[in-house]
Amino acid sequence: MSARSYAVRDSVTMLRRNLRHALRYPTLTLTSLLIPVLILLLFVGVYGGTLGAGIGGPNGSTSYIAFVAPAIILMAATSGSVSTAVSVALDMSEGIINRFRTMAIARASVLTGHVVGSVIQTLISIGLLIGVAVLMGFRPDADPVEWVAAIGLLTLVTLALTWLSAGAGMSAKSVESASNLPTPVVLLPLISSGFVPTESMPAGVAWFAEHQPFTPIIETLRGLLTGTPIGNDAVVALAWCVVLTLAGYLWARSAFNRDPAPSRPRTLARV
Amino acid sequence: MTASSSQLAITAAGLRKSFGDKVVLDGIDLEVAEGTIFALLGPNGAGKTTTVQILSTLTSPDGGEVRVAGHDLAREPDAVRSAIGVTGQFSAVDNLLTGEENLLLMADLYHLDRREGRRRTADLLERFDLVEAAKKTPATYSGGMQRRLDLAMTLVGDPSIIFLDEPTAGLDPSGRRTTWEIVRGLVAGGATILLTTQYLEEADELADRIALLDQGKLVAEGTPEELKRRIPGGHIRLQFTDADGLDTAARTLGEVVRDDEALTLQIPSDGSVDALRALIDRLDDAHIKVDGLSVHTPDLDDVFFALTGQPKEEEAL
Repeated sequence: MSARSYAVRDSVTMLRRNLRHALRYPTLTLTSLLIPVLILLLFVGVYGGTLGAGIGGPNGSTSYIAFVAPAIILMAATSGSVSTAVSVALDMSEGIINRFRTMAIARASVLTGHVVGSVIQTLISIGLLIGVAVLMGFRPDADPVEWVAAIGLLTLVTLALTWLSAGAGMSAKSVESASNLPTPVVLLPLISSGFVPTESMPAGVAWFAEHQPFTPIIETLRGLLTGTPIGNDAVVALAWCVVLTLAGYLWARSAFNRDPAPSRPRTLARV
Repeated sequence: MTASSSQLAITAAGLRKSFGDKVVLDGIDLEVAEGTIFALLGPNGAGKTTTVQILSTLTSPDGGEVRVAGHDLAREPDAVRSAIGVTGQFSAVDNLLTGEENLLLMADLYHLDRREGRRRTADLLERFDLVEAAKKTPATYSGGMQRRLDLAMTLVGDPSIIFLDEPTAGLDPSGRRTTWEIVRGLVAGGATILLTTQYLEEADELADRIALLDQGKLVAEGTPEELKRRIPGGHIRLQFTDADGLDTAARTLGEVVRDDEALTLQIPSDGSVDALRALIDRLDDAHIKVDGLSVHTPDLDDVFFALTGQPKEEEAL
């Protein structure tokens, strides 16, 4: 077999390993779904009436869910990035990673396995969240092509966020700090066009909200799902995805190729 | 004693490594012949683990030439990796998978086909007495079982050179014996083994050659016998009740080391039964009364002490 097919085979092996971990210990994945569901309940069920009226919708929370759903769907991806960072950091603290480093396997497969596994888990979370939103009255009017485009965009965003969190998980000194590193990414959608229109924000904040990556992504998603105008947001959104993916990939790769810490002796307390 | 280069599994010349300001390896030279057990012996912090980490491609050296299994470590790390197996001091098992799944994971990563992978897994579970624990995760294992799983995972790929970093640290005496048997079995099957240990007894028991490492430098290297020969030899020690007895014995026996305060004599001897009988006969003939007699043969403890200036490590068990 060629080196390339070994790379694929090793990546599949690592992917199987990570999915098995996720199936056996699903808490991390489920927790990351819980937060966007709670936010959805809070913003639509509790604040929805007022916020819906505030954005000028005709009938309160029903028109607000159409506005906010794309942002919260995106939050399923950002909150998934926390579980990616944690599971990567957790795995890096395991001795078996050092064993992998001494084996003739495709080096990138450890990372690829994690990233592909996390993307799959996050996409499942996103699917479940869309289901919850529909149950709560979200009625997307997308045609099949728009659905495919929306899912494609969500996959790209997830890939970008997952590589970034893999980098964070690789370079974190501890599992605790790995769980904190993605916090800015988790909070970023709150200061975007996702929850309220940017025009309603104070000037400085509005400028930030209009120029941060999540706004064009949310605008594109909203356009695809509910038919609002997209304009050049789609191109900007794709550009952000490519840039973030590349940055995350390079970060994760350089962190993984670094020499491991001097030595991690086995605890002797087992006698 | 140097084997020709075609028979060498591992060669290292001028190996150096520092972590920050701390020099961990200060120019190490090693030669390990194929099919032998080589022990790196030294106290904590001597550089044993770092040496293993470098030789097994885990850490890159700051300087020095290394060849493992005929491949240059710096230029062909993957060729080195496919020839070696490593069981480190760190536990290198996947704690979320069962013992059997761990072994099957290794089989996949060694690119064995499914049937061969299952066959080797079953075989190793049997050989390492893990059949009953196969479906459980390592968290439920005893320290000895975890170590056996660790070693079994290393062997899935049938490596020709095996690194064992303190393979028996923290094991109870029977676990240690089991590990020793396994190590001997591996060498009998043609593998080359480089192991590190703090236990002099272990190096003496297992190794064909021993290198004594202290503060990043090799202070001695040779067969266990050669090392023992490098320190003051064995002797028989006689204890007397009074100075008269000591005097008479010293005159009768000739070449001895005498200690007037302790009332003892040390007579150089190999400690054999014949030498002992001859000595007792001479004492009897001269009607000399001896209060006590003990035989001292040099062991690696003496070597360790003589060459590193440190008292031997307390045995943990």
